[in-house]
Amino acid sequence: MVGNIILYFVVALVIVIFSFMAIRTDKILRAATYLLFVLLGSAVFYFQMGYQFLGAVQIAVYAGGIMVLFVFAILLTHKPNDKAAPMESHRRIAGAVAAGIGTALLLYALFTMPMVCSSNGTMLSLGEALSGDQITMKMIGEAFTGTNRFQYLLPFEAVSVLLLASIIGGVTVGRKR
Amino acid sequence: MDLNLLWYLVPSVVMFACGVYGFVTRKNMIAILISLELMLNSADLNFAIFNRFLFPGSMEGMVFTLFAIAIAAAETAIAIAIIINIYRAVGSTNVLESNKMKH
Repeated sequence: MVGNIILYFVVALVIVIFSFMAIRTDKILRAATYLLFVLLGSAVFYFQMGYQFLGAVQIAVYAGGIMVLFVFAILLTHKPNDKAAPMESHRRIAGAVAAGIGTALLLYALFTMPMVCSSNGTMLSLGEALSGDQITMKMIGEAFTGTNRFQYLLPFEAVSVLLLASIIGGVTVGRKR
Repeated sequence: MDLNLLWYLVPSVVMFACGVYGFVTRKNMIAILISLELMLNSADLNFAIFNRFLFPGSMEGMVFTLFAIAIAAAETAIAIAIIINIYRAVGSTNVLESNKMKH
């Protein structure tokens, strides 16, 4: 239990610090690397909450696939040792106001809304939430291959068609004319 | 002291706010896309957190996050193809310079 809390603080600190650095750094490749650390930190949160499959997908798809795409795109569109113009525009105040008001509203909502689940009116702790039966691969597989209630065969097939369309679209758009 | 819903939601809020700030202030298209990924990732994390702490008996939030990750991958691939094409046509990925639809 103490280990869980220490792990939480380490990962939360990593997520907060690297989120700030990803949007404040002047070097675009470093921003992509910091984004990778944020994504890995959220994968650790998934593992900690008992979603092992989700954490594995997060690492494989985000950290493995999307980050490679980002690095390729950055290296294709930026010359190394390029003293690029600063990436931030004059709208810094607008961005800070939007982010500040959004954060304030979200935190206010978080700490005032009654979000309780257990019968005695308190919030579930992580141990209580994890005490039920674990999600197995069999349950995930059955959820993706059926058409009953809480089964998702149609969206699964739609996503496969979407991925095929995005492959063809990516090739068509990115091709040299 | 024990971990509950609010503990996990606070880093997610910070991640989303960073994404909003970066999306508004960045000029480079790839940097804007990185900020967008931050916001998407925060929303994905929220689905899993609410699923785990408010409805621990079901797994609908996790399934939705899986679909969201797949769609985010497709969206990023298309966006990067478009950015590379713009770079070929305009010679820059700065949003302030790519203001013509046709040359």
